[in-house]
Amino acid sequence: MSSRLPTGGRVDRSAPLRFTFDGVEYPGLSGDTLASALIANGVLTVGPSLYRERPRGVVTAGVDDPHALVQLERPQNEPMQLATTVELCDGLVATGLQGRGRLEEEPDEALFDKTYLHTDVLVVGAGPAGLAAALAAGRSGARVVLVDDQPELGGALLGGREEIDGRPGPAWVAEVRAELETQPETRVLTRATAIGYHDRNYVLVAERRPDRPGGGGRLWHLRARQVVLATGAHERPLVFAGNDRPGVMAAAAVRTYLGRYAVLPGRRAVVFTTGDSAYATALELAAAGAVVPALVDTRPEPPAALVEAARAAGIEVLAGSAVVGTEGEERLTGVRVSALTDDGQLTGAVQELACDLLAVSGGWSPAVHLWSMARGTVRYDEALAAFVPDRAAQDVRTAGSARGRHDLAGCLTEGLTAGAEAATAAGFPVEVPATPSCTGDEPPAAPRPVWLVPGESGDPSTWRDHFVDTQRDATVADVHRAVRAGMRSVEHIKRYTTIGTAHDQGKSCGVAAIGVIAQLLGARSPGEVGTTTYRGPYVPVSFALLAGRERGPLFDPVRTTPVHPWHVRRGAVFENVGQWHRPRYYPRPGEDMDAAVLRECRAAREGVAMMDASTLGKIDVIGPDAGVFLDRLYTNGFAKLPVGSARYGVMCRADGMVFDDGVTVRLAPDHYYLTTTTGNAAAVLDWMEEWLQTEWPELRVSCTSVTEQWTTVAVVGPRSREVLAALAPGLDVSNEAFPFMTVRHTELANGLPARICRISFSGELSYEVNVAGWYGLALWEAVLAYGAHAGITPYGTETMHVLRAEKGYPIVGQDTDGTVTPQDLGMSWIVARHKDFVGRRSFARADTSRVDRKHLVGLLPVDRAELLPEGAQLVAPGTDVTAVPAESLGHVTSSYRSAALGRTFALALVRGGRDRIGDTVLAPLPDGRTVAATVTEPVLFDPKGTRRDG
Amino acid sequence: MPDQLPEHPDWLWRTPDPKPSYDVVVVGAGGHGLATAYYLARNHGITNVAVLERGWLAGGNMARNTTIIRSNYLCEESAAIYEHALKLWEGLPEELEYDFLFSQRGVLNLAHTLQDVREGTRRVGANRLGGVDAEWLDPDEVRAFCPIVNTSPNVRYPVLGATLQPRAGIAKHDHVAWALARKADAYGVDLIQNCEVTGFVQDRDGRVVGVETTRGRIAAGRVALAAAGHTSTLTDLLGLRLPIQSHPLQALVSELLEPVHPTVVMSNHVHVYVSQAHKGELVMGAGIDSYNGYGQRGSFHQIEHQMAAALELFPIFARAHVLRTWGGIVDVTPDASPIIGPTPVANLFVNCGWGTGGFKATPASGWVYADTIAHGRPHPLAAPFALERFTTGALIDEHGAAAVAH
Amino acid sequence: MLLIACPWCGERDETEFHYGGQAHVAYPPDPEALTDAEWGEYLFVRANPKGEFAERWVHGAGCRRWFNVVRHTVTHDITAVYAAGQQPEDRNGVTA
Repeated sequence: MSSRLPTGGRVDRSAPLRFTFDGVEYPGLSGDTLASALIANGVLTVGPSLYRERPRGVVTAGVDDPHALVQLERPQNEPMQLATTVELCDGLVATGLQGRGRLEEEPDEALFDKTYLHTDVLVVGAGPAGLAAALAAGRSGARVVLVDDQPELGGALLGGREEIDGRPGPAWVAEVRAELETQPETRVLTRATAIGYHDRNYVLVAERRPDRPGGGGRLWHLRARQVVLATGAHERPLVFAGNDRPGVMAAAAVRTYLGRYAVLPGRRAVVFTTGDSAYATALELAAAGAVVPALVDTRPEPPAALVEAARAAGIEVLAGSAVVGTEGEERLTGVRVSALTDDGQLTGAVQELACDLLAVSGGWSPAVHLWSMARGTVRYDEALAAFVPDRAAQDVRTAGSARGRHDLAGCLTEGLTAGAEAATAAGFPVEVPATPSCTGDEPPAAPRPVWLVPGESGDPSTWRDHFVDTQRDATVADVHRAVRAGMRSVEHIKRYTTIGTAHDQGKSCGVAAIGVIAQLLGARSPGEVGTTTYRGPYVPVSFALLAGRERGPLFDPVRTTPVHPWHVRRGAVFENVGQWHRPRYYPRPGEDMDAAVLRECRAAREGVAMMDASTLGKIDVIGPDAGVFLDRLYTNGFAKLPVGSARYGVMCRADGMVFDDGVTVRLAPDHYYLTTTTGNAAAVLDWMEEWLQTEWPELRVSCTSVTEQWTTVAVVGPRSREVLAALAPGLDVSNEAFPFMTVRHTELANGLPARICRISFSGELSYEVNVAGWYGLALWEAVLAYGAHAGITPYGTETMHVLRAEKGYPIVGQDTDGTVTPQDLGMSWIVARHKDFVGRRSFARADTSRVDRKHLVGLLPVDRAELLPEGAQLVAPGTDVTAVPAESLGHVTSSYRSAALGRTFALALVRGGRDRIGDTVLAPLPDGRTVAATVTEPVLFDPKGTRRDG
Repeated sequence: MPDQLPEHPDWLWRTPDPKPSYDVVVVGAGGHGLATAYYLARNHGITNVAVLERGWLAGGNMARNTTIIRSNYLCEESAAIYEHALKLWEGLPEELEYDFLFSQRGVLNLAHTLQDVREGTRRVGANRLGGVDAEWLDPDEVRAFCPIVNTSPNVRYPVLGATLQPRAGIAKHDHVAWALARKADAYGVDLIQNCEVTGFVQDRDGRVVGVETTRGRIAAGRVALAAAGHTSTLTDLLGLRLPIQSHPLQALVSELLEPVHPTVVMSNHVHVYVSQAHKGELVMGAGIDSYNGYGQRGSFHQIEHQMAAALELFPIFARAHVLRTWGGIVDVTPDASPIIGPTPVANLFVNCGWGTGGFKATPASGWVYADTIAHGRPHPLAAPFALERFTTGALIDEHGAAAVAH
Repeated sequence: MLLIACPWCGERDETEFHYGGQAHVAYPPDPEALTDAEWGEYLFVRANPKGEFAERWVHGAGCRRWFNVVRHTVTHDITAVYAAGQQPEDRNGVTA
């Protein structure tokens, strides 16, 4: 049977929809929520409760519903949606949940966006106070953003019967909206929920976009000069036996369902209230055709005018009374009512009233969530029986029921004032507009809060149907047990009972729970107990919304060199090095990595090979003091480096540990060109700038990253000179004219200006040819062409690693780990004795000067074919590795098959390693084998360096 | 229907007023302070002990962590103390007579780069030598162990493998703290909440002989700080400077979801650590904010980045929802390892700098600290973590190979 | 999300900056003259106050300049911004 009223409401009767809930198809209307459509179809029960499997239904009409949770299946799959906030659309499919949702592994094409916006005034909430605030602020010319979580502006006015300026509330709303639309600097966001309030008025707003594919929403990042919170209030439940039964609803929500959605949630309704506001619900229920046998008011003497109005509508007012129990199974069938003594005890006979709806108002809790997230304090107002905003910690104001003001005129006045003041404070002075006249919502009389309606029998320890947090199935008995166990802090009781930790985060039950706790602790009022901390987000938001577009390829940018397209065409296998994609090797058909690398290595050692080395960090260090500066950062000297020459250097952190290394070229007396490791380029530049600016501002030096400005191709191998000669016909490439560790500038055969460094990371004759970045691919192809006759072979990082390891050159970050000094690497020769540099002092400390530190050494597996795994641990011979803890000597840092050596080899950090040369160490492997290896000097290939000149 | 959590006991602890004097005053009723008090009583028979807490018991990092327990640290000194903790964890539910949902569901540490693979291999080998269970899984084995991890090679940072510590897992943090508190209380330890230490009482020789608090002066034979991020604000009162910095660290939970995630997954490179708790909520940590902060809140972009990282590894999480975020204060040392031991101030002991490792260390931290306090010298497992290492340079540098150590 | 007033670029979101820890910890003029304990203190020990803290930031995604900030470590309120090399007492001229 339809509960839809024949007229009224904001739903569009010309736009019927079909939807499916729990497998049954129902009709609905555009403008419905899933909850209102279900109620219209007489469905009040959404799902069983989490633990006790009690039937649970819709309670409120918004984000504060305690348990009306559904799994949305269409238009998109999304768990744990509140039926009270899901906008109905045609074809919607949902199922009720037992407090727990399902994640589905299905492709999700939705796109979520982020927008960043600065504003002068942000108004949160578009009920009467928020609309008034936005209106007043907007008239100042300030930039104003108004956000509201509903599809329509107006808040409670949409479902109410109040009048403003002699017209119905919605008409006033439309007028305000029209004016806001004429304000060029005002932006209105609907379906937009402020979820977080951070430092410096940084407010996050989650916008729902149901019209987008998959409902992909948008996260607004707003930075506001001034904020007005007009977030309204949540109606509190009351704690009595059986208060969780479907049919027990919030009184204001009942009014919203009647007025805004034109549905009648019950035909025979009892109202149970502690204050004035529920009288309107009772009257409107009666006006809509429901039988309202009684209005139960905890106050012994409710305001006479309200009582009179109720009686005139045929509603009996049971003053000084409370609902003490409910009847029914799947749905409420009746309530039990008892009179209350002055101190809240039950007295007299219990009266039974048949009904299918109980509209409950336990009072109003201002929605102070955002206020509190903004670090504003709250205080307990005894007269209002509510926690209200107290001291602001940021440039923020509250207005309307968000600060405990519950009459319409007051809300409008506060809104207008807050809006005008906010605009003025933001630098846009404006008068406070006059408050329009309004009727239908007078200032309420004092409520009589009742935090715990006693049970008809037993004591709190037995009140297991007095629900405090319905979603958690937590009851008065649970709170009592926590208190009896010694818990005194509300935080402990919350954790003991899990109250307030469910999906709703205690929006409706939180303060009611504090009331119960206060009562059981014997506190005078909830104010003595205090609230728990409010944490964002105000409503749950999807991971996808927060991730935005930073997914897939956009999760982290990929950096590639100008030669990259060639690498891809050539079928390179890539590895991630920092953000770079670098070719690891270039397999030929049928080759695995080992075969490809052996071939590439052989080419470099026996013929000529080439590599895209463009990812190396490159920094121009320019200025009259550049040499002095580098002397202070590198362990070795650069000030005396001749122009045109290059030198290898090592940089340490102040703690003496190796930070980076690379070759630096002096291009001019005041110009050094410094290279860094690929992964450290940004860190090295940061490091240099930090020292320059914060310690040595007197040095006349500037540092500029030129990594992307140069493409670098290494031409390596005994035949590299002849390739270079062809590539650079104007250059005398003889060893005498172009010696090792020097730089030359020339024009290549194809006309490209080039900077060529004769440096080597392989021990072979080798050149690094640099051209402007945008010529990179042309350079690469030219090197290929001029090297074709010599069979030039492109190689990747793996071959580079093998070649350098054969020469004992460490890779910072692979052969070092942040605990390694230059001396540990066997590089005492690079540590200057007669100058200070960053880190030098650290070498003299007790631990850093130990002789048995871990040293970088070579390892030759006794079995020449055995490849030690990189990372493998090393132990001394005779170590029983099953007798844990067994002593480790160190670990393998690099390990390869060497074409040049005709065997496997490794580098390792080994305790006292340099004193173990010639000894055997053992590597226990994951497969249970133990592999023996001989400790050697780290340089295994061409230790005398005979090959570098070709 | 999810399993209902085990009920808490009918009785937990007293709410006593402070006595004028105790043999040992522990400052801070977090997990470490409570464990210290428990082991002082249990192992050393020292029960005339007060644990002073400025707020509510176990309301700091103990209430704010992501509850991961593991011992697969790289440095042998670290692995030794965390493994001691893990062995204690394995016996604690029975010993404390409290089901705190210790679940040894394993922890995967994913490798995304070749260097990650080297480091993972190194860690597995080091752990095995140290007596810590550890395995290396290839991507197929990762998928078999945790099917929802995206092991496709076509992602920005493909999973190249993972280390697995099978004995690692999670526990319910509040329950752990309460279990320790209940037993300590039963031994006669006074757990005194809402009692902030505002100063130290020193004799003429500079020895600490008591503390000033918001509830009056309390004399003490020994004072043991267990105040995490607030430790240096206390030692500053004595002119003792500690190398710790306090940073915000955030975490979050989702709503309750049907079980999808059987283990704990951590990725340093993509920066994710996530498990699914017993009731069904996903529990995740975000990155540490770079700046110092005592506000128990961090910057939201950390959360946003965390979500992006999570979806990179777990596409199925896209429509899960963030229900609640929060922040703690982590006290970080230069080498990401704790400081445990006596101090240059007589009768004053410190145990701080646990950074992101505090929860998992709880029982061992309390064990070695209690021993150190009782005997006035470092417990052997604590000795490497002495303050002196910052002078000698003998750091225990978990930063070195394991950039983040949650 | 802190809002930091770069002395050269104006107010920008925190994500444009890198943190540099405590300000005014100068590199010792003669490290060799320090004891190991003193050097260790320079390397590793920084103030960690709960309250106002003079600290360094660099506008890494902007002008790349280092500068100093006085920020409250609980409220995150920034009460002064001043150039590298200036002392906090000099800050009046450049207060944010």
